[in-house]
Amino acid sequence: MSVIEAGLQAGLDSGRIDQPRRHRGVLVAALGLWRTRIGLLLVAVLVGIAVLGPLFAPYGGTEFVGPPFNADAPGTVFGTDKLGQDVWSRFLLGGRTILLLAVVSTLIGLAVGAAIGLVAAYNRGRLDNVLMRTMDVVFAFPNLLLALVAVTTLGRRSWVIVLIVAFTAVPRVARITRGAALGVVERDFVGAAEALGESRTHILGREILPNVAGPLLVEANLRLTYSIALIGALGFLGFGVGLNQPDWAQMINENRPALSTAPWGTLLPIFAIALLTVGVGLVADGLGRAVAGVDRGRPA
Amino acid sequence: MGIAKFIVKRVLLGVLTLVVVSIVVFALTQALGDPVEAILGREAQPASVAAMREQLGLNRPVITQYTDWLTGLVSGDPGVSFTNGVPVLEVLGDRIWNSLFLMLLSALVSIPIAIAVGTYAAARRDKAFDSTSSATSLVLASMPEFVTGLLLIVLLATNVWQVFPAVVRIRPGEAPWVDLGALVLPVLTLTLGVVPYVSRVMRASMIEVLESDYIEMARLKGLPERTVVWRHALPNAIGPTLQVIAINIAYLAGGVIVVENIFNYPGIGLALRDAVTDVNVPVVQFIAMLIAGIYVVVNLLADVGTILVTPRLRTRLR
Amino acid sequence: MTMTGVVRTSTALAIEDLRIVVGRSGEDIVDEVSLTIAPGEVLGLVGESGSGKTTVGLAVLGHARKGATIASGRVQIGDVPMLELPLSQLRLARGRLVSYVPQDPGTALNPAMRIGTQLREVLEAHDFGGYEDVHRKRVTEVMAEVLLPGTPQFLRRYPHQLSGGQQQRVGLAMAFACRPSVIVLDEPTTGLDVSTQAHVLQTIRQLCRNHGVAALYVTHDLAVVATLVDRVAVMYAGRIVEHGPATTMFDEPAHPYTRHLIAAVPAMSGERAITGLAGRAPSPGHRPIGCAFAPRCSAATEECRASFPRIDVLADGHTVRCYHPMAAIQQRDHTATAPTAAADVPRDAALTLRRVSASYTGDTVVHDVDLHVGRGECVALVGESGSGKTTVSRSVGGLHQEWTGEIHLGTTVLARAARDRPVEQRLRIQYVFQNPYSSLNPRRPIGESVARPLVVGGMAAGDARRAVADMLERVSLTADYADRYPDQLSGGERQRVAIARALVSKPEVLVCDEVTSALDVLVQAAIVELLAELQRELGLSMLFVTHNLPLVRSIADRTAVMADGRILEVGATERVLSEPEHEYTKRLLADTPRINETQLVEVVEERIDDDVALHLPAVAVPELDV
Repeated sequence: MSVIEAGLQAGLDSGRIDQPRRHRGVLVAALGLWRTRIGLLLVAVLVGIAVLGPLFAPYGGTEFVGPPFNADAPGTVFGTDKLGQDVWSRFLLGGRTILLLAVVSTLIGLAVGAAIGLVAAYNRGRLDNVLMRTMDVVFAFPNLLLALVAVTTLGRRSWVIVLIVAFTAVPRVARITRGAALGVVERDFVGAAEALGESRTHILGREILPNVAGPLLVEANLRLTYSIALIGALGFLGFGVGLNQPDWAQMINENRPALSTAPWGTLLPIFAIALLTVGVGLVADGLGRAVAGVDRGRPA
Repeated sequence: MGIAKFIVKRVLLGVLTLVVVSIVVFALTQALGDPVEAILGREAQPASVAAMREQLGLNRPVITQYTDWLTGLVSGDPGVSFTNGVPVLEVLGDRIWNSLFLMLLSALVSIPIAIAVGTYAAARRDKAFDSTSSATSLVLASMPEFVTGLLLIVLLATNVWQVFPAVVRIRPGEAPWVDLGALVLPVLTLTLGVVPYVSRVMRASMIEVLESDYIEMARLKGLPERTVVWRHALPNAIGPTLQVIAINIAYLAGGVIVVENIFNYPGIGLALRDAVTDVNVPVVQFIAMLIAGIYVVVNLLADVGTILVTPRLRTRLR
Repeated sequence: MTMTGVVRTSTALAIEDLRIVVGRSGEDIVDEVSLTIAPGEVLGLVGESGSGKTTVGLAVLGHARKGATIASGRVQIGDVPMLELPLSQLRLARGRLVSYVPQDPGTALNPAMRIGTQLREVLEAHDFGGYEDVHRKRVTEVMAEVLLPGTPQFLRRYPHQLSGGQQQRVGLAMAFACRPSVIVLDEPTTGLDVSTQAHVLQTIRQLCRNHGVAALYVTHDLAVVATLVDRVAVMYAGRIVEHGPATTMFDEPAHPYTRHLIAAVPAMSGERAITGLAGRAPSPGHRPIGCAFAPRCSAATEECRASFPRIDVLADGHTVRCYHPMAAIQQRDHTATAPTAAADVPRDAALTLRRVSASYTGDTVVHDVDLHVGRGECVALVGESGSGKTTVSRSVGGLHQEWTGEIHLGTTVLARAARDRPVEQRLRIQYVFQNPYSSLNPRRPIGESVARPLVVGGMAAGDARRAVADMLERVSLTADYADRYPDQLSGGERQRVAIARALVSKPEVLVCDEVTSALDVLVQAAIVELLAELQRELGLSMLFVTHNLPLVRSIADRTAVMADGRILEVGATERVLSEPEHEYTKRLLADTPRINETQLVEVVEERIDDDVALHLPAVAVPELDV
């Protein structure tokens, strides 16, 4: 369980509100915190580099520009890498893959996990048990390990990586969604909908889901951090997608031998990944605080 | 007695989990994909493909392959390496103990620090220590482990200062504690991965307890603050934290993979990377099951621990 | 400075000009509060939620909750100035000189500690008597005083192994253990059954009398106050607005707010129906310059709005802060608005239950219930918690599916699950839930929630909107409420919205499940008034489920009394309340505190309490130690 999840658990039950409050959205509340703003700034900058970087790259990603590991190679800002390619260009080109894979796998994991969590919470009883036990099983694995196992025989293909990363996200999302939904399912307005005979899909989608949107949003953010970390770790260990394509994580690994002499090949991507994940983490934390505050209702 | 039955049930559940995990591992490595194609590449000659398949025993029906493997695992023979035919256990040898040592050392260092940090932050809520540790935890928790490790190297081993070595040099057969100085950075990396989570949960747990009605009541009874924190608050705060501690110890089992690769530590993490590169399926499978086993055992201990610590659950079992 | 608990002056507790503020801007939650209590006397501090009464109670122990600060004033216990003590001394005083009985014993007892330990540590912390032996003896003694077994086995129990009533008595024991001079009790009988409540009240009374302990009893429940206390102080928006002897306060209340409070409490007999009052008390920071009650007061004049009234002494010990004390308030005449329907007039049954038995995962909780509600009639289903009344009502509403027997709506047989009933059937029976804070979807505007039944019934959006606006006006809200969100409304307003939602589809039968239990006294009365009115206007057939027996007089034509899953007695409300036939009903009536009797009804001693493992005689009077 993460820092933020722990805080969420504490804030998930709403207390009795005796005095009327102005209705405030979660997003608005979150933006009020400085940490969210800093986080958003970091994310914006790095996503900008990752997405728009290729437009500014002076050289091609696999273009030979000078002797390898030469920090002062002419025509380059940060020198050359293991194969004599321009570090700066490869850096500008190297964010897209990680970002794209991470976002797609997070979205898939979120959709599947939320559906499972909602169904489990609403049905309780046997279905709930079965679903959660299954989730527990998948839990019994460090994510990186599962990814490595998958990549062994199935190869380093993008669909393998996306699916396996999504797969590792599902249990956590399901657990959080179920936890949040359990609190909502008990509330009388769900009973009111049932008394009206509303369909299960309606109840899950229109009554319960909006009320767990807060925690789910935070979880989405967290999953993104982990997805980036996992895909990065795979790349760092040498199992990223594509041979010799510019990729931040793989760059770190490739240029490590020259860490003392020509560090930028390693440092640039390290800082990029660090700042990106910290940025996403800050946003997640800001959202988490906003959700806990809004749900709990500050006393008069 | 209730507790014994509960433990037996949980153990059985753990075994079941491991069986399911084995199926997943097996499916991913031998059933859904073709190891031979992965090793030889797609343009290999059909003759070589058939020969290797027979040599590695991959031409048997899938179920047989699975049951043979599983029985072998359970009876202590996880098979032979694809690359050189040497038994897997021999290939890994000391590495298993090396990794366990690293994990244990990191756990012993990180958990007490985390509990202390969390409790202190809760007691001095919203003051300097709390805010600083909160911000630091957030940053550390967000960064992937390999990034933390490498930043530490950059900071302390290669670029800024050169206090610790960037790689661990342990020769085969040597005990892992031979070069303690070299262990500092690896253990530090793992600790920085664990402390943020556990300390935050400890803090949240402590705060929730300290705000509870029975703590207010204890204060209104006139009990000294020390009694309130140690006798009333702490026992109630530890419960939820145990679960997280377990998750984090188990997390170390995975974190060790990255750390060993960063610092060249001769453990199963390093071996795993080589095995995956070589498509050395039996080695990969064994390491996966080993780590899963550690996870399951640690989680079981945590569950039992939580029950023992929470009277409400304890008495329900009786 | 004496800490031994012996009070030499004739006042055990004196509060002078207490002011407590909250938040950074220092808005006051409590202001100008002064009162005194003599040893052995019980003072009831009465107010609704938000009045600041609990805050005053905690301040007596020198404690303020997070965010609140005690800004000024004096709290004197004997000759000890509580608010001036350093923390270490304050701790010694707490539990020893003055102790606290919490509202919710379930959460106030440490779940991880045995009750014996929690009792003993109070004695140990204050070094009561000096020796460990004395501690053990005292624990046994005090357990006996609260009618609980003091055996080692019982003391080894954890809080969750005790019933609500037992937990509360442990709370009382902890409070009386060190023989304090003053006790602050914070609504300690909330959530307890009427009979348990009667027991606990009597125990409190006896302990205070026997040991000369002054008690500050904080509550919102006037009926309880009437049976227990010697004097009453009424709080509104952080100030005491009236203060006097209990008999005077109930016979001749002076402040309009007090009069409204009394008018809102249902009476078991007599001419009065309950009267509610719309609006709500101003929260801290929103309190007007003048009298805080002026916005809701029918007797308010310019003078009232300009400044807060000073303290007026009316008679011996009776003070009030009002420019127009004794002003008449509007009260409804019982005969004009009471249920007029005679129970024996035969009518078509709108709702019939025949041999209904219900269970939860195999455990039967309702046995063979036969009940019918005639057209246009309101039937009350009364019972304590665990009686099965909510299960019955949920089964009728299609929310609970594990039951056998038949439920008819008019002539149609109803399916078990609401989902299995045809739409028009679902719309003919509507349900109003107990908790107004959870019966509305917080992410939907009010208008959408209220319109839902119409949308399900296939009505067009435009027509639905109009119907919703109409209905909102009917429940005394305005049409623009449709765009607001639930968290912007008070509890009473939310309950009105829930009622609007239930009535918008023009149902034949309305099931109300404890719809007033979560509301304050005045709001409760207003809601019941509303329901009674609507029922008559719309000709609704209503099943009104409640545990509050006196309440049914204001709304129900007939009353059914339920216990242990069975209906014990059914009949015209007036008859059931004045001439009950079943033993259980008689007992229930005897235990219900009432407002027009200021003597405590003596609890029959021979009755075996399920709680108590050991049958104890009347409380012995122990020696007062010096």
